[in-house]
Amino acid sequence: MTDTTAAPGAASIPGDVTAERNRATTARRFRPNGSAIVMGLYLLFLMLPIYWLLNMSLKTNAEILGTFSLWPRDVTFENYVTILTDASWYMGYVNSLIYVVLNTVISLAVALPAAYAFSRYSFVGDKHLFFWLLTNRMAPPAVFALPFFQLYSSVGLFDTHIAVALAHCLFNVPLAVWILEGFMRGVPKEIDETAYIDGYSFGRFFVRIFMPLISSGIGVAAFFCFMFSWVELLLSRTLTSVDAKPIAATMTRTVGAAGIDWGVLAAAGVLTIIPGALVIYFVRNYIAKGFALGRV
Amino acid sequence: MNKTVNQKAWFLVLPVLVLVAFSAIIPLMTVVNYSVQDTFGNNVFFWNGIRWFEDMLNSERMWNALGRQAVFSAIILAIEVPLGVFVALNMPKKGFWASFCLVVMSLPLLIPWNVVGTIWQIFGRVDIGLLGYTLDAIGINYNYTQGYFAAWTTVIVMDVWHWTSLVALLAYAGLQSIPDAYYQAAKIDQASRWAVFRYIELPKMMGVLMIAILLRFMDSFMIYTEPFVVTGGGPGNATTFLSIDLVKMALGQFDLGPAAAFSIMYFLVILAISWVFYTVMTNLDKRDVR
Amino acid sequence: MAKITLDNLAHSYLPKPESEDDFALKELNHDWQDGEAYALLGSSGCGKSTLLNIISGLLRPSHGRVLFDGQDVTDAPTAERNIAQVFQFPVVYDTMTVRANLAFPLKNRGMPADEIARRVQKVGAMIGMEAELDRKARGLTADAKQKISLGRGMVREDVNALLFDEPLTVIDPHMKWELRTQLKKLHHDFGHTMIYVTHDQTEALTFADKVVVMYDGRVVQIGTPQELFERPAHTFVGYFIGSPGMNVFDADIEGNAARINNVRVPLPAVYPFGSGHMQIGVRPEFVRLAEGGEGVPARVLRIEDVGRHKIVRLDAAGQEVNATLPEGAPVPAGADRIVFDPAGINVYENAWRIAPEGRREAA
Repeated sequence: MTDTTAAPGAASIPGDVTAERNRATTARRFRPNGSAIVMGLYLLFLMLPIYWLLNMSLKTNAEILGTFSLWPRDVTFENYVTILTDASWYMGYVNSLIYVVLNTVISLAVALPAAYAFSRYSFVGDKHLFFWLLTNRMAPPAVFALPFFQLYSSVGLFDTHIAVALAHCLFNVPLAVWILEGFMRGVPKEIDETAYIDGYSFGRFFVRIFMPLISSGIGVAAFFCFMFSWVELLLSRTLTSVDAKPIAATMTRTVGAAGIDWGVLAAAGVLTIIPGALVIYFVRNYIAKGFALGRV
Repeated sequence: MNKTVNQKAWFLVLPVLVLVAFSAIIPLMTVVNYSVQDTFGNNVFFWNGIRWFEDMLNSERMWNALGRQAVFSAIILAIEVPLGVFVALNMPKKGFWASFCLVVMSLPLLIPWNVVGTIWQIFGRVDIGLLGYTLDAIGINYNYTQGYFAAWTTVIVMDVWHWTSLVALLAYAGLQSIPDAYYQAAKIDQASRWAVFRYIELPKMMGVLMIAILLRFMDSFMIYTEPFVVTGGGPGNATTFLSIDLVKMALGQFDLGPAAAFSIMYFLVILAISWVFYTVMTNLDKRDVR
Repeated sequence: MAKITLDNLAHSYLPKPESEDDFALKELNHDWQDGEAYALLGSSGCGKSTLLNIISGLLRPSHGRVLFDGQDVTDAPTAERNIAQVFQFPVVYDTMTVRANLAFPLKNRGMPADEIARRVQKVGAMIGMEAELDRKARGLTADAKQKISLGRGMVREDVNALLFDEPLTVIDPHMKWELRTQLKKLHHDFGHTMIYVTHDQTEALTFADKVVVMYDGRVVQIGTPQELFERPAHTFVGYFIGSPGMNVFDADIEGNAARINNVRVPLPAVYPFGSGHMQIGVRPEFVRLAEGGEGVPARVLRIEDVGRHKIVRLDAAGQEVNATLPEGAPVPAGADRIVFDPAGINVYENAWRIAPEGRREAA
């Protein structure tokens, strides 16, 4: 009567589709894959030293020095307990986190307007200023260690968190400006103009409209600020003694009268990896795009 | 993008300017100040002209450190850039394994530098380290605190371990920006794997790769913490790179004058090389836009 | 050049498709005749690019076969199929010169240098880029780049088919006309089988001998532009082709008449009684306005003058109806009825067109 079933494509799905697919995937899975081997080897190379540190942190000193074992024979959390119950240990983590967060906030707060200026306007000396900023990223911390020490001592900021945070601005602010400028260049200027026509003030436009548009760029800049502030030791050690001493510097304490306390050293090392790992976990979906710094 | 001329933009840049001036210019002035003065102690300084600079230029110690530094930077760039690109080419493009690789690869980048040193210090030890123990067990004489070659190898392998991922991640980001259509077109044109790399992937990666090279050059030229923790600059002066030497001079021996002169020349060398990179990069950028 | 046959072809991106909804491309049998120009028309996500990629071998269909001149190429890689494809965004090798770009596919196939030079010169002239042959491809305009992509396909004279995946999307409107005219001319001169994917009906109708309309992973109609206009096989085709699209009314079919909102509308022929959801479709060109008397009551909402004709928007018991009037034809002032020209009425059951009784037509 009617011909709906004969319409093109209306035929039912053949029954053997699923079976055929299965065979195809199985065959594919067992084909040797060069890329997988390369990546496997590379990741193994990356993970082995970290694994070894973890392995050692779960052993007693007697086991570390006495026998050579690929995994802890009797797992002990003694080393971690030592660190987490001793204020002079765990305050190192707190200190580090305080100045890292301070630095990230300061860097972004000053870099955002500057990056906007560089990406949108041309003004007297803009190119030279931009390059001069970048040169600060190239300044070896070793050059600045001693002058910083004297400068901050003279203004009474020695051994404070803010001192380290400000010192790290030396290389993080230029980097943040550079990254953010790259992302902002990708936002069409018409958006700014439309907003101004719609009666937005600069401040409101910047916070309400512009910042959400470059949120991935802000995330990436924050990630890099966090990263470089967290991993830096030379300046943070030079500028602190007790109250703001970073965890990385605290670790040198493990050398005692009875030699190096390897277990505690390893445990402290493992604990310094954790904040970074957490940050990576949260930004994992933006890493690939972020590392391009908006410049691909 | 066409930029409008607006001198008020200086106000937006002002906070950065003040902050960076505070943390860069004042200390730099101090350094310059030291570099032209000498002291008998007790904070009494007198003008010394450019004598420290002359001393440093004639000092074998600085030239040796500079030589070691240049060799080190050249070696790690020669290893990390091709290796990083190679790794990026082999990374999964999407899905769980792509995220997994990204996370694992980023991990070394976020470990404090002295912990990186500690990890390798332990890893390479013959008595308690997996690497040292294994090498010893198969009969290779390996001791990074004694052997010149072993020390260099350790420091280089450590740097490769630490930083290759940065190059790989940047290259990967470049690769990700290539639309599928390019690969499909290459298939239709019957391009070989090499041609795909040479004519599609490499040109698209060039921009980020330059950033990677610039960052790696600057950071390797300033390297301090990691080799200091592992080898302490030894054996002898074998791994005493510029920063290590500088800190020894300034904080260890308190030879402020020579150290300051050293600092300034050090900074200028980095600046000069980076400027070349920067110029090449911006020229590449411009060519892209046209 | 070849005839391309799709045999029971279907594709799903899921590893284990369970229902018909899991298929991006539903089962399809079709022959693409050698030397014809086809347009594959449909809205975004209807499976047209999937179909194109299966033909070019960039995608392996999860079910069914692809044959070129009767030879099974389902598992053959793209290179062996000898087809050329032009993509939505121009693909050029930036670091090469235009000349090197055009020579690239030939070089990869190991052709002698003098033959390459001859063909590149010829294609360069064909796409009007002789003057730019020694320029770097980087920095050329989008349409110049797209011409190069096209040229890379044309330079292989023996291709089985030329496939286009919305090639004019990024091209300026005035260049679109020029490029499309050039494509038609190339087709006319060389007689390649061409398949042209687009979501733009004007592009499809002006380019192709036959238009293949796709909807929701399914081919709903294949026909000449005239067939698509006069006898849309599916209400989607009626709606998608034509501007404005076909008016569709729910109706009861009673032999040679339909009943809409309790108004009797005469049909051109006797239709069988259908048990499904019955509708009639009338293109705006076949809707007339009337004052009183016979017809479906409707209220004029507004009149749009689009140059060559007027579009009258009406409201018929809550449903929007469009009518087009020739330019110059007056709109009756007190119009309150619409009348359909019986020749322009098609009858649909569950959205598919049904043929009147006693007549056989090609779908």
